[in-house]
Amino acid sequence: MADSRGGRARVSWIVITVILAALAAAGATALLLNIFERKTEARNPFYRVVELTDDTVDPAIWGKNFPQQYDGYKRTVDQVRTRYGGSEAVPRTPTQSDPRSVVAQSKLEEDPRLKTMWAGYAFATDFREERGHAYMLEDQTFTERQTVVKQPGTCLNCHASTYAAYKKLGDGDLVKGFEKLNQLPYAEARQLVSHPVACLDCHASDTMQLRITRPAFIAGMRALKAGQGVKDYDVNRDATRQEMRAFVCGQCHVEYYFKGSEKRLVYPWANGLRADDILRYYDSEQFKDWTHKDSGAPALKAQHPEFEMWSQGIHARSGVACADCHMPYKRVGALKISDHHVRSPLLNVNNACQTCHKWSEDELKDRVLTIQQRHFELRNLAMDALVALIADIKAASAGRTEAELAKPREFQRKAQFYLDFVEAENSTGFHAPQEAARVLGASIDFARQGQVAVRDIRPAPGGRR
Amino acid sequence: MRIGSRLGVGLALVVVGFAVGLMGYTFVYARGYSYLTNDPSACVNCHVMREQYDGWMASSHRRAAGCNDCHTPHDMVGKWSTKALNGFWHSFYFTTGTFHEPIRINARNRDITESACRSCHAGVVEAIDMAPRRQGRLACTGCHASVGHLH
Repeated sequence: MADSRGGRARVSWIVITVILAALAAAGATALLLNIFERKTEARNPFYRVVELTDDTVDPAIWGKNFPQQYDGYKRTVDQVRTRYGGSEAVPRTPTQSDPRSVVAQSKLEEDPRLKTMWAGYAFATDFREERGHAYMLEDQTFTERQTVVKQPGTCLNCHASTYAAYKKLGDGDLVKGFEKLNQLPYAEARQLVSHPVACLDCHASDTMQLRITRPAFIAGMRALKAGQGVKDYDVNRDATRQEMRAFVCGQCHVEYYFKGSEKRLVYPWANGLRADDILRYYDSEQFKDWTHKDSGAPALKAQHPEFEMWSQGIHARSGVACADCHMPYKRVGALKISDHHVRSPLLNVNNACQTCHKWSEDELKDRVLTIQQRHFELRNLAMDALVALIADIKAASAGRTEAELAKPREFQRKAQFYLDFVEAENSTGFHAPQEAARVLGASIDFARQGQVAVRDIRPAPGGRR
Repeated sequence: MRIGSRLGVGLALVVVGFAVGLMGYTFVYARGYSYLTNDPSACVNCHVMREQYDGWMASSHRRAAGCNDCHTPHDMVGKWSTKALNGFWHSFYFTTGTFHEPIRINARNRDITESACRSCHAGVVEAIDMAPRRQGRLACTGCHASVGHLH
């Protein structure tokens, strides 16, 4: 009896031990497999599925080797607003000439003062908030600006993957191809390209290293460095890896103009990257984009100088590149990759900002919005000042000679370029808040000085001022 | 009965031995023994702290202090209990994948690091630490965030 009770106790002890040991073994196996998975993840950076060449334009082919990066790249189709930027999906009825069923909101409708600023220029006809990279080619092809003026092929430099097209047109010579494409009419040049900016525009196909493919940027940097006393600067040879993480973006997110009848794309950096330096360059070239319709001023249109503005800010000073905030590193399994979903850091605060700034997301967003709010208020003051100057010149024009109007018009040219320099810049002041404020302050001053100059013109015949 | 009982014990021993063997293999495979050392490379066995490790490799403190010197207390009990506690939670979060990215130090570990700064740099700290208690202590890393590693 006692023996059998002891036997039963022993049996239950055995059963409990076996169950516990089995659970421990199962747990250890699960952990082992998990560790194995993590180790395997860490081991393989990528699988070479297809062979990429220097002529492989289609990102989908690159995507076979780099599915994570390609996945991010495809996501630039998103349309998400931030407080002051980002695009909203606005439905429209497709037409024969413009098959788009969704576009971004019109900036002209948001702020009609822009129409006054650009009166007589194609931008006064159609100007919408920029959408993501995925739309760059489509939106340029179908903007109403195309119907107002004949655009050259030069425009495609930054709205399509042109690297392979340049090489083909130039029989292997990038610069020759660039020159040829610039001179083609837009519609003709458009036939030669098929994708928005693609992998090979920034990456070498064999090493994946960043590289510069735009002749205008190479020439622009050479001119800039020459002005700083550096001779024979070759961006592909001399730039550091970290610099390249900004330079590849600077190939397009910059101020530019089309030089001469050959419509050569030039980045006006010979004197430096500040608004003042660039205006001085245009003045010395006696360049104007158009003659203002209301005032007759030789006006300039600034275009998205993000690279220039960033270069004046604290982030550039600290060695932070475009990609650090707009394509921050992210973890996918054990891999650390650059997020190819290029977008506003405000939509990705933890990866974009918190890597360096140890504050909560709300706090960081608040800081950015504070800067942008102040910038926006100052920008509105400058806009009002410019519109007032244009009205004054227009009202004073009748019966006045060209020479009499030259000075106020000159002030308008300056005020307008300075204002547009921060208006066209896509960070609402954030890339370099103090520099943006300085430029806007100067713009307001030019506009008001222009009004004083109008007042100082001799009284018009008949005594009207 | 007797034979059956012996068989049962034998079976249980086999099962226990199997479990112990499996756990032992997992321990070795995961380089568990490395966590018992002072070697900073143990902290990048998993890849999450790779950036911190790379930063430390290039930092001024690389020659003076390793991970444990700043991230564990300087007494025996404190050091090993901290290693055990952090080891458990790091493993837990790394396995489950539920953690904030970029990774952040928690309050307890920040205090440990603060004490480590003060223990080596006592002379300097005493001369400048004058903040009233109610405002909280001055934190060394508030200004010197990058001495150990950036980020």
